[in-house]
Amino acid sequence: MSQATCCKGSAHGTALDEAKLAALDAVIAKYRGSPGALISALHEAQEVVGYLPQEVQVRVAEGLGVPLSEVYGVVSFYALFSMKPKGRFKISLCKGTACYVRGAPHVLERLEKELGITAGDTTDDGMFSLDVVRCLGACGLGPVITINEDVHARLKPDRVPGVLEAYRRADRG
Amino acid sequence: MATVKLTIDRQPVEVEQGTTVLRAAEKLGIRIPTLCYLKDINAIGACRVCVVEVKGARTLQAACVTPVAEGMEVFTSTPRVLQARRHTLELILSDHPMECLTCIRNQNCELQEVSEALGVREVRYQGKTSRHEPDRSTPSLVRNPAKCVLCRRCVAVCQKVQGVNAVQTLERGFDTVVAPAFHLPLGEVACVLCGQCALVCPTGAIHERDQVDEVWAALADPGKHVVVQTAPATRVSVGEEFGLEPGSIVTGKLVAALRRLGFDRVFDTDFTADLTIMEEGHELIKRVKEGGVLPMFTSCSPGWIKFIEHFYPSLLPNLSTCKSPQQMFGALAKTYYAEKAGILPEQIYVVSIMPCTAKKFEAARPEMNASGHRDVDAVLTTRELGRMLREAGIDFSHLPEEDYDAPLGISTGAAAIFGATGGVMEAALRTAYEVITGNPLGDINITAVRGLEGIKEASVTLDGLTLKAAVAHGLGNARKLLDLVAQGKADYHFIEIMCCPGGCIGGGGQSIPTDTAIRQRRIEAIYDVDERMVLRKSHENPAVQTLYREFLGEPLGHRSHELLHTHYIPRGTVPRKEGVAK
Repeated sequence: MSQATCCKGSAHGTALDEAKLAALDAVIAKYRGSPGALISALHEAQEVVGYLPQEVQVRVAEGLGVPLSEVYGVVSFYALFSMKPKGRFKISLCKGTACYVRGAPHVLERLEKELGITAGDTTDDGMFSLDVVRCLGACGLGPVITINEDVHARLKPDRVPGVLEAYRRADRG
Repeated sequence: MATVKLTIDRQPVEVEQGTTVLRAAEKLGIRIPTLCYLKDINAIGACRVCVVEVKGARTLQAACVTPVAEGMEVFTSTPRVLQARRHTLELILSDHPMECLTCIRNQNCELQEVSEALGVREVRYQGKTSRHEPDRSTPSLVRNPAKCVLCRRCVAVCQKVQGVNAVQTLERGFDTVVAPAFHLPLGEVACVLCGQCALVCPTGAIHERDQVDEVWAALADPGKHVVVQTAPATRVSVGEEFGLEPGSIVTGKLVAALRRLGFDRVFDTDFTADLTIMEEGHELIKRVKEGGVLPMFTSCSPGWIKFIEHFYPSLLPNLSTCKSPQQMFGALAKTYYAEKAGILPEQIYVVSIMPCTAKKFEAARPEMNASGHRDVDAVLTTRELGRMLREAGIDFSHLPEEDYDAPLGISTGAAAIFGATGGVMEAALRTAYEVITGNPLGDINITAVRGLEGIKEASVTLDGLTLKAAVAHGLGNARKLLDLVAQGKADYHFIEIMCCPGGCIGGGGQSIPTDTAIRQRRIEAIYDVDERMVLRKSHENPAVQTLYREFLGEPLGHRSHELLHTHYIPRGTVPRKEGVAK
């Protein structure tokens, strides 16, 4: 197999240290030759690396003999797959029915505005990632977001900046 | 084969089991409108334009993917059906730029046709519209996803017919777009620029890069001596641009039309096709006699060249070093012809009329400047020539028949058949046989290599040596042969590969539509052209003989090496940091 160097990989800040690379290659070896294994392989590759940057997709494509366009087609289709690492603070916003009717879309809009990213993305400094999820099981507390293990209940858009600022302070230590 | 009886619009019909409702309706003369469906290529029921009502079914069914069943009752034009089709189309149109008047596919657009057929008179939906910029990263093709209706025909042809997989359906829902991996520009991925996608696109979402204005400018420049060459396959297709039957032979009219446009000399790529046979034939003989790398692959088809450079770089030594006839022509026009005509090479402007989009890339390859200048200045596809002639108001079908100019317009039937799959092989064998054995070939029609079979084989015995040959067209078929060669399981001496299905007559620059039946008719026409020629063997071309005597010396000689042979570049299949796959 040829070496997986690519636009966003390799020389400058590869996502793959030697241990991850070995684990990734093991995943690829496991699925090589089995047709229809692409999604499973990508799923495990993401578990190993944490996300699926271009260089990982290239390696999977070459390793499995699947066209790169198909690999990226699958990665970009399923919300499960991410091309960016999750942030140090992983925000999950519930858009289940109860949260939705209690104003989750407004909270999302404010979060996106404050963070400068859209749902599914990670801020450039790697601090926050934002995902939309379905019911968190706290319907009575809606709209609900979780940030890592913390639950923020009955959130109003205006409270968003304050909540985020607390995490920024914590990050600065 | 078991048959099934059903009724469509109350008319009984009996068809083979497994037939789709769409095909069964065709049998009754009922034309169900389609958009994403394309015979032999794409039947996925994606666009929902072909929906019909099936008695007992809860929802409307897509006729292109619904198999017939015994006793089925199908209704193709109930109010429910007509309304559903129209709503669907209106939704598609609500995210379409509606630039029909200025679109390259104006009046040759299936979206226009189906809108007309369904009687859409207004678009009642105003929703989100997608924003996509055109991708002009290649010299051959322009992608314009804003006009894409997500039919996925291009994805299917790229994947299933060509095995290239340059484009794919990416993202999801409203964000869905057909594009290369990572949304990279087409010029940065392993695309061979064959243009089969453009040939099947129902709209203007992917099309040839138009160079008509460049050619108009050259023709208007008094300081330029503008010469044109016409590829073998264009003489049996350009008539279709003017409503003539597919497979009409229009060689003489094509010459007349090009003179009317103002070209100073009208020459023929067939001349250098004959020359290619001389060079390539001798290269093959040399490889066989001297233990060179075998099997040797033909090298006329620039999409095929780019394909092997991307996907099978380890087999590049198998590729003939001969340039394509287009590039041999360019190199000679600015050296041999320039000298003979007493014109400075920098004043000569070479235009090619090609059935091919990859030829634009080939002409732009940096090494294609053997004359000291860019050898071929502009490449027009059959479609672009059609547009140019319409712009000039030339009444093509009423033109007289005229002859090519000498000497670069003189050719044989062996050159004409370059336009069809198997043709280069047949032409090469006609010449190789006579050069090696010194005897005339009994029957010069080598029919084993003709036709639309994906992979064909032939063998010819020459002075005790049995020369084994194979022919593939369409890169999916080529892959099968190449895998055998790579695994050392093939014992051929010579392999002809043409990038496009059917060979150049089915090229990505040909008239739209181009389907299997049309390819067949153009192939028949090509062999008719051959039959009608007085000379049918390349080595008998008197102008080629003169060229060797006056200028080149001998096949594979020093000057041939400089002007007519080239080298190849291994390219990756994935985007690399250093910018790869250009």
